[in-house]
Amino acid sequence: MHEMSIAAAVVDQVSRAAAEHGARGVTAVRLDVGELAGVVPAALDFCWELACEGTALAGSVLSATTVTARARCVPCAVEWAPGLPPDLGCPGCGGGRVELLTGRELQIRGVDWADGPPGPGPGPTGEA
Amino acid sequence: MCRTTDLRRAVLAQNDDSARALRDGLAARGAIAVNLLSSPGSGKTALLETELALARERGVPVAALTADLATENDARRLARSGVPVQQVLTDGLCHLEAVMLRGYLAGWLPADAALLFVENVGNLVCPAAYDLGESLRVVLASVTEGEDKPLKYPTAFGTAQLVLITKADLAAAAEFDEAAFLANVARVNPGVEVVHTSARTGLGAGALLDRALAVRAGTPAHRPVMTSPAVAAPHHPPVPDHHHDHDHDAHHDHEHEHGAHHGHGAHHGHGAHHGHDHAAVDPR
Ligand SMILES: [Zn+2]
Repeated sequence: MHEMSIAAAVVDQVSRAAAEHGARGVTAVRLDVGELAGVVPAALDFCWELACEGTALAGSVLSATTVTARARCVPCAVEWAPGLPPDLGCPGCGGGRVELLTGRELQIRGVDWADGPPGPGPGPTGEA
Repeated sequence: MCRTTDLRRAVLAQNDDSARALRDGLAARGAIAVNLLSSPGSGKTALLETELALARERGVPVAALTADLATENDARRLARSGVPVQQVLTDGLCHLEAVMLRGYLAGWLPADAALLFVENVGNLVCPAAYDLGESLRVVLASVTEGEDKPLKYPTAFGTAQLVLITKADLAAAAEFDEAAFLANVARVNPGVEVVHTSARTGLGAGALLDRALAVRAGTPAHRPVMTSPAVAAPHHPPVPDHHHDHDHDAHHDHEHEHGAHHGHGAHHGHGAHHGHDHAAVDPR
């Protein structure tokens, strides 16, 4: 059960970003979780409130989007969804020179800030 | 009113930064780390014991860190080999993280160490998500565990660069269906090498040591499908951040990125302002 550590890593990153953006708080965090990333979104949900306690993220909502895995055979360019557990042998040539196009991401996609100064620029921008 | 920002940050960016610094730091001193993953009871410690003894016999300077949630039994066992061994107690954490490892290594790793074996916490789920700065990730499965382990733990088996079958001397007694196991391994990790080992007979001990030394000498390790550069999460956020704390004690002129392009680099200018030239990261 490493979801608590994952949740803590998300909270840490978003807290830093909140400081950089001069945001007072965070209302929502969106995550992309590849289906092969080895992270269970339901378990993340379960940990979320606890991980956010006492941080700028307290009371925020986590929404995790599962990203379906897609694989591509390098020599024959066949693309397929390997599924879970994945079948990563090429269905075209049976080869193993394969690249995963999606499915392993573990990424903070976006954040909604509680009202604070707008401005996409780098760092805190002061009053809007 | 609500303001939204596209962050596009890898959740584990900090771990990955630490892992990269660790890998670079080890490389600078001529060492690599070997990360051993398995479920509890797979015979990881026993195999490591034979590995350390063999290394000592051959005069290969090695060291080992062994992680457990509690107890120092494994370290005591391993220390009998005469090799420097340190116990990592995770205090209940189910996996090792790169920053923990760096803490344990500081001031401890013998200067001449060529290989650092890291015995991860016995668990095939959580440790698989964390890069520890290893150059060789090895997953172990014993013949008593069933042929479907690779399918049940696709991340661990899918990211492994070498698979070891342990307790191979018991295969017949355990009615281990080797063909099924190999097919399952190939399904989640096409092309990965599988080696039979037995801590009891010593079978395969040399194979792991040889493989690790070969990687250290520059032979590329197997590159699993799951670490394709297309999916490696971008480490460079499009907004400036200042949270990196790379070790810059080892001054590399440049950084080698072997195969998997795990984010280009820990190459923030040293102190100087660093242009985030990877701002246009495609976060696919
Ligand atoms: Zn193909």
